[in-house]
Amino acid sequence: MRRLLPLWIAAIAGFTVIASNFIPRVLGFGDLVTEMFNVLAAVAFVLGAASIAKVHLTKVSAKRPGWGYSVVTLLCFAATLAVGFLKVGVAPAPLTPDLPFSGSYSEPGGAIWWIYEYLIAPITAALFSLLAFFVASAAFRAFRAKNLEAGLLLGTAFIILLGRTAASAYLTGWFPPAIEGLKLENLSLYIMQVFNTAGNRAIMIGIALGVAATSLRILLGIDRSYLGAGE
Amino acid sequence: MLRFLQTLDRRWIFLAMGLAVALPILFEARFPEKPTAVAERAFNTINNLPDGSRVLLSFDFDPASEPELGPMATSLVRHCALRGYSMYFITLWPFGPQMIADKIREVLKEDFPHLVEGVDWVNLGFQAGNEAVMQQAKSDFLRTFPRDVRGISVTQIPMMSGIRTTRDFACLIAVSAGYPGGKEWVQYVVTPERGSATPLKAVVGCTGVQTPQLFPYYPGQLDGLIGAIKGAAEYETLVNDKVEKLNPGAPIPPKYQEAVRRMGPQLVAHVLMVSLIILGNVIYFTSRRRGGGA
Repeated sequence: MRRLLPLWIAAIAGFTVIASNFIPRVLGFGDLVTEMFNVLAAVAFVLGAASIAKVHLTKVSAKRPGWGYSVVTLLCFAATLAVGFLKVGVAPAPLTPDLPFSGSYSEPGGAIWWIYEYLIAPITAALFSLLAFFVASAAFRAFRAKNLEAGLLLGTAFIILLGRTAASAYLTGWFPPAIEGLKLENLSLYIMQVFNTAGNRAIMIGIALGVAATSLRILLGIDRSYLGAGE
Repeated sequence: MLRFLQTLDRRWIFLAMGLAVALPILFEARFPEKPTAVAERAFNTINNLPDGSRVLLSFDFDPASEPELGPMATSLVRHCALRGYSMYFITLWPFGPQMIADKIREVLKEDFPHLVEGVDWVNLGFQAGNEAVMQQAKSDFLRTFPRDVRGISVTQIPMMSGIRTTRDFACLIAVSAGYPGGKEWVQYVVTPERGSATPLKAVVGCTGVQTPQLFPYYPGQLDGLIGAIKGAAEYETLVNDKVEKLNPGAPIPPKYQEAVRRMGPQLVAHVLMVSLIILGNVIYFTSRRRGGGA
């Protein structure tokens, strides 16, 4: 029963949503299922938070290597949660000045706003910007024209890299109208719109067929891997 | 020399990349942007909407992609405000509310103070559920976003009257950094409406990584595509040209030139990348000819 019930819930919910796309009378049920999914998605945030706390608390209590970082994670997690729930530094909403907790938690000047503005935003932006350094290093060490395919890839990379900047105007901007299509920005656009589109469409159609097949297997109860180990 | 290049410490490459990005920023290097047909189509799609149109803006990105998507979001909001459209802000990303708040403060509150919240624009905030939110908004928008970020019920917000589903918007503008984002909006909301008498127009602004994945939908299912900081710079130029025509000689604030400014470091970094690839290949082939490995 413990495994049968989730199977039935998945099957009914899945087929209802599919049917709602084709049968107008079922549309209301489809919306209900979608709404239930939205509630579950919100609950998933709570589960995610609990999971993070569990993983790091276990690591700290067992004093595994790097447990100090887990302490920092837990402290930051608890502090953010506390100031968010208590709306520290947030003024009441202008429409309800008598209600102390009525203001938006992310209001400028509030603690959550401060954490976002001065910690999260710079840290995530800095981490993402490191990518440029690693890509540059990889370009120097690994991008080799070892065969025809690699050579084609390399040539395409050059056209796209230069075609997506003002370099294209300096290098090929002087081309006469008769060969305008060979300007780097036009070549770059052509590659994106023709070769890339063709390849991507093929991949997307393949993925869509795979997703449809897998979804059917799940809804019919053939694939039960999402229920976890044990069967 | 060859030996030195073969064993080149990667920190020299890091230094070169650091300088390639830092120097154009320090010297404020700017290069002219000539809008491509793709950017022009995105601009015209938004520009040619009927006066007073309702525009749904979904800001599905976070601080990591802000340097790439922030300037285009600024230009899009500014363009909508210039045209006098009603703007409905939503997000499907947990960090999206801050992105929306930034643009509202930076563009609407600073430069369009006459626009009133709840009448000309509304911030409906974040909703968890990814594609399910899109599906639900398609059939019942008010149930999907029952309150704005101030906690006011949508039934009490003047500009929400007449909105029942996503069909009631003239255009969807999605600024997206990944999943869920532009691709899902096209698949779940825009495409099913394509066959109707008044199809929902759609313009997507996305990161460079996402652009190749969205080109297959353009121009059949997507009316406009703004790809990466390059597309943002082109779009920004078009909006600035429009403002110049409306108000000749008026200075353009730096915040409305951000995308063009960010193209400077991008140019030098791309040229450095091409140079590094060429250098790496020269070393590889020279070593191979001399019988060594690389």
